[in-house]
Amino acid sequence: MTSELNRMTIAEARDGLARREFSALELTRACLEQIKLVDPKINAFITVCAREALAQAAAADRRLAAGDAPALCGIPLAIKDIYATRGVRTTCASKMLENFVPPFDATVIARLREAGAVFIGKANMDEFAMGSSTENSAFGVTRNPHNVERVPGGSSGGSAAAVAADECLGALGTDTGGSIRLPAAFCGVAGIKPTYSRVSRYGVIAYASSLDQVGPFAKTVRDAAILLRTLAGHDPRDSTCSARPVPDYEAALTGDVRGMRIGVPKEYFVAGMEPQVETAIRAALASYERLGAKLVDISLPHTEYAIAAYYIVATAEASANLARYDGIRYGLRVDADNTGDLYNRTRAAGFGTEVKRRIMLGTFVLSAGYYDAYYLKGQKVRTLIRGDFDRAFARCDVIATPVAPTTAFKIGEKMADPLQMYLSDIFTISVNLAGLPGLSIPCGFDRDGLPIGLQLIGAPFAEETILRAGDAFERTGAVKRRAAIL
Amino acid sequence: MSDSAYEAIIGLEVHTHLMTRSKLFCGCSAGFGAGPNENVCPVCMGMPGVLPVLNRHAVELAIRAGLAAHCEIAPESIFARKSYFYPDLPKGYQISQYELPLCKGGYIELPAHSEGAEPRRIRLTRIHMEEDAGKNIHESDASLVDFNRSGVPLVEIVSEPDIRSADEAGAYLRELRSILRYIEATDGKMEEGGLRCDVNVSVRKRGASEFGVKTEIKNLNSFRFVEKAIEHEVARQIEILESGGRVAQETHLWDPVREVTRPMRSKEFANDYRYFPEPDLPPLRVSPDMVEAIKASMPELPADQRARFVRDLGLTAYEAAVLTQDRDLAAYFETMLATGLKNHRTAANWVMTEVLRAVNETARPLADAAPLAIESGQLLKLVETGAISLNAAKTAFAAMCKSGKGAGATVAELGLAQVSDEGAIAAACDKVIAAEAAKVAEYRGGRDKLFGFFVGQVMKAMGGKGNPKVVNEILKRKLNA
Repeated sequence: MTSELNRMTIAEARDGLARREFSALELTRACLEQIKLVDPKINAFITVCAREALAQAAAADRRLAAGDAPALCGIPLAIKDIYATRGVRTTCASKMLENFVPPFDATVIARLREAGAVFIGKANMDEFAMGSSTENSAFGVTRNPHNVERVPGGSSGGSAAAVAADECLGALGTDTGGSIRLPAAFCGVAGIKPTYSRVSRYGVIAYASSLDQVGPFAKTVRDAAILLRTLAGHDPRDSTCSARPVPDYEAALTGDVRGMRIGVPKEYFVAGMEPQVETAIRAALASYERLGAKLVDISLPHTEYAIAAYYIVATAEASANLARYDGIRYGLRVDADNTGDLYNRTRAAGFGTEVKRRIMLGTFVLSAGYYDAYYLKGQKVRTLIRGDFDRAFARCDVIATPVAPTTAFKIGEKMADPLQMYLSDIFTISVNLAGLPGLSIPCGFDRDGLPIGLQLIGAPFAEETILRAGDAFERTGAVKRRAAIL
Repeated sequence: MSDSAYEAIIGLEVHTHLMTRSKLFCGCSAGFGAGPNENVCPVCMGMPGVLPVLNRHAVELAIRAGLAAHCEIAPESIFARKSYFYPDLPKGYQISQYELPLCKGGYIELPAHSEGAEPRRIRLTRIHMEEDAGKNIHESDASLVDFNRSGVPLVEIVSEPDIRSADEAGAYLRELRSILRYIEATDGKMEEGGLRCDVNVSVRKRGASEFGVKTEIKNLNSFRFVEKAIEHEVARQIEILESGGRVAQETHLWDPVREVTRPMRSKEFANDYRYFPEPDLPPLRVSPDMVEAIKASMPELPADQRARFVRDLGLTAYEAAVLTQDRDLAAYFETMLATGLKNHRTAANWVMTEVLRAVNETARPLADAAPLAIESGQLLKLVETGAISLNAAKTAFAAMCKSGKGAGATVAELGLAQVSDEGAIAAACDKVIAAEAAKVAEYRGGRDKLFGFFVGQVMKAMGGKGNPKVVNEILKRKLNA
C-alpha cells in the first residue's frame, strides 16, 4: 500500500489521511520517491522542493493529529514554475529568472498553503508560458509519460506530466491560449481553465494579462473540482478578480446530465483533424446521449480568426509584461558600459527564441501607425468571438469540442515551424479570447496509446456545469489507462 | 527687430504629486524623507507577477482638481500602459491615462496681474492620473536607483496653447499651485519633485492665424526656470525666423546653469510609447453620486474668494489676487478681520507688506514666520481705536515675530501706547509755545508753515507717543488763541 500512495487521487488521499491510514509524510515521501524514479525520464520538474515539502507534510500531520485539517491538508501538488513562491526560486523556465527567489507568495499559493497543501516542486513549462509543447524551456524538454518521444503539450507540460506520472496528486498550471487544456489532453489527465477573473492572478508571472488564468490539473474531474474550490475567489490584490461567491464545485458532481444540452460547433470538426481524434470525440458525444444529454448543432462563425487575434493581443500584452526584465533590479544581468547595451545584452542572453519572437511581434502590433490595423482589430475580433459564444449559449448549456486536432506530436517535430506549433491551440484559444471556462478530460486513446482530450466549454462562471458534465463522462469508466513509463 | 512683431503660443503640461498617504497602486508610503528604497514593495519594484490596485483617495484628489478647474469628470476613464525603457521605471512601462482621461476640458482663470488688467482664462485639454517613476542617482563609479518615488500618484494637467508670454505662464503656474493647495490635492512643494513642467512653445507673427513650429522643453522643476526657458526659447525662435531660418520641431532640455535650452539627442526622446489599455485595471468608473459628494466637500476656490474680497470687502482686484495666491495667507487675512476690524484694506495691506515681509525675510512658512493672525488683528484694532499709531504697530509686529508674544503685551512692554489725554498734551503744547516764543510770533504773524514744526516739537517732547490727531487739535487751538 505505502509504495502506491502517490497513485491515489486527492479524494482518496483526503479520506485516507483523515482515517489516519497513512501519514502526510508517507504520502509526500511516496511522491518524492516516484520523482526520483521517473523524473530523469520525463523532466517534469525544474526544482524539486524535497526539504520544504517534507516540512509541510510534517506540519500537515500535526494538524491532522489535532483534528484541525483544512481542505487540502497533506496533499502533494506540483506547482508550475510561473507562480511566485516565497523563498523558493521561481524561474518561469527562463534563464532570465534562473536565480530569482521571490520575497512573496502568489495569492493562490498562499491559499494552498493555508489549505495545508504540500508543494512537491516547481514544474517545467514553456519559457514565460509561451509555447504548446514545453520544448521552449531553458531547463530542458519535458517528455510525455505516455511516450517519452512525444511532447506533453504546453505550456504547462511539466504540471500535466507530473500528474500523469503520479509524481504528485494534482498540479497548478496556467492557461492563456490552451496551456492547461492541451497538456491535459496530451497527458491524459483532467485540467480546467476557469472563467477569466474567477481566480486571482496576483503573483502569477504575466504573459498576456487579459487572457492568463490559473487552473488545476488532476487525475479526476472530482479532484479538479476540489482544487478549484480552494483556488477561486476574490482577491483585493487583483483588481480584475471577481467578487462572486465560490460554489462547492464537488457538490455539483451529481453524475446527472439528463436534459443537458451539449452544443457541437461545426467549425471544430474540420479537415486537418486526425480521424482517430474525431472518432473518439464522436464516441464521447454518443456516451452523453446515452446518459440523457441532448446534442445540439451550433455554429461559432468567427473561429477561424481566433488564432490571428490571439497572437496580436497576447503578444502585445506580453511585449509590455516582459519589459521589466531589464537586468536592473533582479534576475539576469549582463554588464555593459552603458544602460542601452546593458538592456540589449541582458535581454539577448536571458530570453529564448520564442519569447523574443513574441516580444517583437507584440512590439510591432502596438507601434505607431500599426495599432489600429492590428491591436484594435484584434480586440474587435475578440468581441465578435465573445458574441458567437453568447449566441451559442442561448441554445446549449455546454459546448463539446476536441481539445486539439492531433494527439501528442513528436519532440522536435514542430520546432522549426512556429505557425504549425501555433495551430495546436486552434480549438482552445477562442475560449481564452472569450474569457470562458474550459475543461479538458481524457476521452480515449489513439492506436499508439496516446491520450485524446475532450473539451467542455461553459458560459461565464458555469464551472459547475462543465465539471458535472466531465465527471458524468468519467463515471462511465470508458477511459482508464496508465502512462507507459509507469 | 522688436519682439512685439511676434507673439508666443505656449502650452504647459504640469505634473504634480497628489497628497496621498500611500502610493497609487500599492500600500507603500508616498511620503518623502525616507532612506533610499525604504518605501518599496514587490508591486512598486515591478517584481514578476505583481498587479496594481488603484488608490481611491488619489482618484478623489484628481477629481477635486478636475472640479476646481471646471473640467468634465468622465464617468468612465481607462488606464493605459506607456512603454519605454529607463532604469528608474521598474515595469518598463508607466501606468498612465491616454485615450480616455479622468478629466476633460475646463479652464484656469488667471487673476488680474496688475491694477486695471483683465482676468484671463487658460483652457485645459485634460487632467489625467499616472504613477511617478523612481530616481536615478549618478555617482562617480556607479549609478544607483531609489524607488521610493516609484508609484507615487501624479496628475498631469495639460493646457491648451492659450498662454502668450513667460509672465503669463508664471501666473498660470502660481494660480494652479494656489488652486491645488486650496483643495488640498497637493502640498505644492517643488523641491521634492512635487511639480514638474513640460513646455510647448512656438512663435508667430502677430495677427497670423496659423501656429508656428513648436519645440518642447522638458522637465522644468521651478516656476522661475519655466519663465526663463520660455523667454530664452521665444527669443531663439524669433531670431531664427528673423534670419530667414526655420524652427525645427524638436525636444529641448533646459540647462539651469547656463540658462539656455539645448536640443536633446534624438536617442533621448525618439520613443514610440506604444500605448494600449492597461489590462490589469478595469475601467475607472466614477458615479454621479461620488462626484456630487466631492463637489459638496470642496472649499472656496481662489477665484471665488478673490471675487468675494472685491465685492464684499472692497479690496482692489490686485490686493485680492495677492492674498489668494496662498490659502494660508488668505486665511490669515480673514482671521484678522474676524477681530472686528473695520478698515479691510488696511488689513489687506498689512498682510501684503508686514506679514509677507516676515515670511520672505525668514524664508519660513507663514505659521512660523508671523504671529497668530488674531494677534495681528488685535494690533490693527489698537490702531483703529487710536491706542497706538500705525508706525508703533509696525514696531510691535516686528517684535512679536521674534517673541511670539501677544499684541497687548508687546505694546505695553515697548511702551508704544499713544497718549490721547488732553491734559498731558496741552501741557506739552504749553511748554513748546513758551520755549519757542520767537517762532510763535512768526507763526501768528502769518507763517502757517511753521505749524508742522510745532507738531514735531510737541511729539518730541512726548517721546513720540502723542496721538497726532489730538496734538493737532490742541496745538492749533492754543496757537490761534
